[in-house]
Amino acid sequence: MLRFVLQRVALTGLMLFGLVCITFAVSNVAPSDPAALAAGPDATRDMVETIRREYGLDRPLPEQFVRYVTGLLQGDLGRSIVTTRPVVQDLARYFPATLELVLLSMTFGVLIGVPAGMLSAVLKNRAPDHATRFIAVSLVALPAFWFGILLQLLFSVHLEWLPTSGRLDVATPPPPPVTGMLLLDSALAGQWGTLGGALSHAVLPALVLSFPCLASILRVNRAEMIEVLSSDYIVAARAHGVSRLRIICVHALRNAMLPTLAIIGLRWGWMLGSTVLVETVFDWPGIGLYAVSSAIAGDFKPVMGVTLLIGLNFMIANLVVDLLYGVLDPRLRTAQ
Amino acid sequence: MTPLLDIRGYRLAFDGFEGRAEVLDGIDLAVQPGETVGIVGETGCGKSVLARSIARLVEMPPGRVLGGSIAFEGQDVFAMDGRALARLRGHGVAMIFQDPMTYLNPVFSIGSQMVDVIRAHDRAEGRSMRARPAARTRAAELLAAVRLPEPDRLLDRYPHELSGGMRQRVLIAMALSGEPRMLVADEPTTALDVTIQAQVLRLIAELVATRGLTLLLISHDLGVIGALCRRVVVMYAGTVVEDADAGLLFDRPRHPYTRGLLAAVPDLARPDHRVAGIPGHIPNLLAPPGGCRFHPRCPLAIPRCAAEKPGLRDVDGRRVACHRAEEAA
Repeated sequence: MLRFVLQRVALTGLMLFGLVCITFAVSNVAPSDPAALAAGPDATRDMVETIRREYGLDRPLPEQFVRYVTGLLQGDLGRSIVTTRPVVQDLARYFPATLELVLLSMTFGVLIGVPAGMLSAVLKNRAPDHATRFIAVSLVALPAFWFGILLQLLFSVHLEWLPTSGRLDVATPPPPPVTGMLLLDSALAGQWGTLGGALSHAVLPALVLSFPCLASILRVNRAEMIEVLSSDYIVAARAHGVSRLRIICVHALRNAMLPTLAIIGLRWGWMLGSTVLVETVFDWPGIGLYAVSSAIAGDFKPVMGVTLLIGLNFMIANLVVDLLYGVLDPRLRTAQ
Repeated sequence: MTPLLDIRGYRLAFDGFEGRAEVLDGIDLAVQPGETVGIVGETGCGKSVLARSIARLVEMPPGRVLGGSIAFEGQDVFAMDGRALARLRGHGVAMIFQDPMTYLNPVFSIGSQMVDVIRAHDRAEGRSMRARPAARTRAAELLAAVRLPEPDRLLDRYPHELSGGMRQRVLIAMALSGEPRMLVADEPTTALDVTIQAQVLRLIAELVATRGLTLLLISHDLGVIGALCRRVVVMYAGTVVEDADAGLLFDRPRHPYTRGLLAAVPDLARPDHRVAGIPGHIPNLLAPPGGCRFHPRCPLAIPRCAAEKPGLRDVDGRRVACHRAEEAA
């Protein structure tokens, strides 16, 4: 087990290095001059050259790469030209908001998607199955910005149940920052009112973000449940008199969860990378907004930082999925 | 005496893309308590689906009962409510299956699967469900009863860590957990090595003898049937064609299909003897031949065979479904 984990961690390190190479290469072939950007529109040629030297942008690429990697190893992701703060500080500020959103979304996706998929499989080709399938396809097909605005109109403007945007009302005292995730921090501090406020802000964007993920979890879980429910060991369990509920919820679900888990892992990475639309609609100050505004400004260090962070998260998620596979499926435990 | 199992005129079809396949066409079969009955026939003749029908394990749809009835201990299986059905499965009829590789759940330990089954029986019989440790003790007893070594350790193992023979023994132990009256064994040794086959067959024979089980053994292997069963039922394309005492059937088959089947068994004492096959193919059940379903392949077929379906008649101390049964000996 330990050996397996160490192997996977080493492999993750290797993949991360690959990602570093790619982000570095991409940021250097992009047709933009960071030195000119930093110097501002009115700068003279000399000023731009001075800044170029200061940032080391006049050095040969291999040397720049070595300096970039050494910086990374020391936790230095460079400095944002737009915010003028170190990228690490910016990430520490924006990432918790996104993480909070994604965690809540994934919770919705799993808690709704898995049972709905099971129900759909058990009632295969009957009305509830067709209905869930129709809804699932719609959830994937309809764009997040449209859905988000629609829900805002319904729940915030018409019904006035939920706030339109942001993470917390101005009047609500924020919790002392520990993780940067308001839900967690306010729960830790015991500020239940703040927790409620934060939750009411988070629920709509998290729901909108979860839709495509929910739908694909539902579809995969449905397909797997149908497959598993027709397998021999389910026939045997029925023949031995095990109740239908127990067969579906225990015997079949654990088998069906293996591919579902893979989808959850993939969707986790996908969600982190696609929060920008939702963050824009709900004015959620996360890394999606940060990355896009930096990219538009031609500011590459933050974009590279965000890319690495999302990549790292994706790899960690897949590592966790692999470990959970071993927990769920004893065949993989011995194979390792 | 009321038969333990009484199947009358049972007709089952499957609805598929290409139409309706009538896989069982009027099965009549009564089994008395304590009998050992073998059902023999080619792949696709409907013997497995018949076995599954007894415990109502055929999914409907796509399956559809077109007629007839199946009664177990005088109770109509298709009229049973959830409670009666739960009692029937495992306590009335217990099943063991062909491929022990696929009939155990791969992600649960042997112990947790057996505990689940034992507790399900408790519930079905209206007892209070015993606690997991007690059920585990019972599971270990059952594993010992099927001669598996170190039952306590085995309970913590997973199906993929066991050999085929061991898995089949585990499945037999599970089948015994509900103290069944009838054991339905669907090709229990087909997927096993020959040496293991003999061991498993001996185990089944012993359990049948010591526990007074009624046995319904399904196989395409006449040797296996002959070793365990006193009575043999021959099926062809969803019909029972002959039903006789094993000795009588092997010595003097009456139905032309049974004779073809026996002639197709290789004889080791006469290595130069060429095995005779039965010409033709198994009929397409989407459009089965009219009259006797065997007539297109039958050496004795007369025009009447294509027109009129022969019913089971008492001929020469057995039941046989053939218009020319008297001449066929």
